[in-house]
Amino acid sequence: MDLGTIWFILWGVLWAVYFILDGFDLGIGSIMPFFAKSNEEKRIMYNAMGPFWDGNEVWLITAGGVTFAAFPKTYAVMFSALYTPLMLLLFALILRGVSFEFRSKIDSPGWRKLWDTCNFLGSFLPALLLGVAFANIFKGIPIDQDGILHGNLLTLLNPYGLAGGLLFVALFAHHGALWLAFKSEGDIHDRAVALAGKLWPVVAGLVVLFLVMSLMMTQLFANYLVNPLLFIILLVAVAGLVLTMTYRKAGRILASWGASAVLIGSAALFGVVGIFPALLPSSLNPAYSLTIQNSSSTPMTLAIMLGVALVFVPIVIAYQIWTMRTFSHPVTKADLDYEEAY
Amino acid sequence: MDTLMLSRLQFAFATFIHFIFVPLTLGLSIIVAMMETKYVRTGDETYKRMAKFWGKLFLINFALGVVTGITLEFQFGTNWSRYSTFVGDIFGSLLAIEATAAFFLESTFLGVWIFGWNRLSPKLHCTSIWLVACAANFSALWIILANGFMQHPVGYVIRNGRAELSSFLEVITNPYGWNAFLHTVTGSWALAGFFVIGVSAWHLLRKQHVDFFTKSFRIAAGFALVSTLLVAAVGHRQGNIVAEVQPAKLAAMESHWETQKNAPMYLFAVPDPDNEKNSIEIGGIPSLLSLMAFNDPAAEVKGLKDFPAEDRPPVTLTFSAFRIMVGLGTAMLILAVLAFIARHHPEEASHKLLKVFLWTIPLPYIALQAGWAVAEVGRQPWIVYGIMRTKDAVSPIAAHQVGISLAAFFVVYILLASLDIYLLAKYARSEPH
Repeated sequence: MDLGTIWFILWGVLWAVYFILDGFDLGIGSIMPFFAKSNEEKRIMYNAMGPFWDGNEVWLITAGGVTFAAFPKTYAVMFSALYTPLMLLLFALILRGVSFEFRSKIDSPGWRKLWDTCNFLGSFLPALLLGVAFANIFKGIPIDQDGILHGNLLTLLNPYGLAGGLLFVALFAHHGALWLAFKSEGDIHDRAVALAGKLWPVVAGLVVLFLVMSLMMTQLFANYLVNPLLFIILLVAVAGLVLTMTYRKAGRILASWGASAVLIGSAALFGVVGIFPALLPSSLNPAYSLTIQNSSSTPMTLAIMLGVALVFVPIVIAYQIWTMRTFSHPVTKADLDYEEAY
Repeated sequence: MDTLMLSRLQFAFATFIHFIFVPLTLGLSIIVAMMETKYVRTGDETYKRMAKFWGKLFLINFALGVVTGITLEFQFGTNWSRYSTFVGDIFGSLLAIEATAAFFLESTFLGVWIFGWNRLSPKLHCTSIWLVACAANFSALWIILANGFMQHPVGYVIRNGRAELSSFLEVITNPYGWNAFLHTVTGSWALAGFFVIGVSAWHLLRKQHVDFFTKSFRIAAGFALVSTLLVAAVGHRQGNIVAEVQPAKLAAMESHWETQKNAPMYLFAVPDPDNEKNSIEIGGIPSLLSLMAFNDPAAEVKGLKDFPAEDRPPVTLTFSAFRIMVGLGTAMLILAVLAFIARHHPEEASHKLLKVFLWTIPLPYIALQAGWAVAEVGRQPWIVYGIMRTKDAVSPIAAHQVGISLAAFFVVYILLASLDIYLLAKYARSEPH
């Protein structure tokens, strides 16, 4: 396998890991206004993601950085063509990031309400925008040979893009409810499990809808038909979807969250494999697509980057798993009384 | 205004605001780590309270440093897509390494540090803040090495219409990048030192929590003195490197028009770029510029007139920013010595001196921003020195898109920065628990 293909796979995996990890934070933020009944419940939700959200978000920065390093032309065209949605995403993430740190710093209901709103917008909007953006990428975006977008934000809000946006919102909300259930006890735990149960059919319905729309409106299945072995990815996604329900019903919440992670990861990879070898397919003319071939860095850079990734990524995964284990306990009253808690 | 000008303003503004938050985190993380180490070694609870008190200020600021940093990474793609395509092979990899090797470590262990006081052993907990501090500074290294490539491109060949990597070793051993990194981080450490000194002075003026703030003052005074000495030493070397690799920037820093040997330095001058001269020059010291730039009083220093007008950086801005940086740096050095002398009994220092320390807090901020302006404005009109012009780097996007985002940046960042300063002031004045 050549270096470009290896980096294409790593590129897809990085985005998938980002969706899995930040997915539960974004999901908890998205359900918060509809779920929490009191300030204490909100604090349990904040502290359920407290030790993790910052480290999770770095996967986004790494996915962006790797796109820049391995496929600079794709990076350049992707972000300039999607200027407006990307700026919206950045502002949303800014508001979310500071909401964690600022919310508990002044003891006033109005102040907390302000940052709760920011946290909600900063969670819901990224979920929606990332879904819309990636669905459009899977379908192909109207870029010409110079990488200039023919269209505007409304062009991206087509039915398929919106279906992708809703799918992401639902996947993350479900994923977040499960994480909250894992990190809480008592009433809030039970209600989080129940919410995940209510969200599951929505997720399942949107998964089916998205697949049907993909079949009808995109070229995503072409690679699968050429190499039917790839359908394993879809099978894994379906297995994740079913298992997250069975585990939840069996009361094995962490396993259910894991199955949801598998679902999210394979859903992302399903699209990435479908567009191979393009990273940014053009809907105007396949010749304008940005591919591994016409957008990658030199073999020297790709090789050096691969060395860096092989050394550091396993270390990152190791300490992030250690962190999750260290803070795997449910958030309790004692945790909320903890001086540094959010 | 066109897309280029709006994009320049947006990037400059976003960097300016980002750079208000980052320097404090680079230095304060180390000071907090030193305090916690002292706690682990001695078991003295005061040091634990100190780590928590200063740690809280660190965290308020850190959040903004992170979120404003993310937008900078993505702006290379959104606003400078031609630049990104041209240098991605080299520049992109440095950013990716920064995220993988440093930023992950910093962000993950910061979460561990915040939530781990009761869940980890004191040693392990202390290790986590050291990891945060080292990773934060290591992160700065990669970012400034990336900037170093823009300032002094090395290890590349121009091929296939872009800059392709020819020697990774050269890129990561770029003397400009390393020296700029040392200059920036030591400046940031000094800033954090003066921040702790200033806040401590505020409490000592009120004779409250004297033991707590005397100990904080003492740690910060030593830290500030070492840092300011290092900034000055590294800064001199930085001048030498600029003289060698960016002669136009050096000439603009000094508003030096005529190429000459034994070039003088003026105590006071007012540049007049329109007429290619200085309208006022007072107190010229012969050969000083040659000596400072090349460590040789007879050396020839190239003047601005020897560069085509389209290759000259904005002179007045570069010149003034450089003067501000050096002037404030000198003042900081004197103040650091005074703080060091007073470190054992700062509570007995005169009210005046303590007040001076309080009002010193903004100075390093201004000095660092000015230094950044010298580096970045002085590099113009090039985005990559000598190879790519800023005007050729901008994205092919509509001006109104950038106009709207710039307005949004302006509103959101100013609001957040004001809140941040308000919260810093509130918690700096609060009682240590």
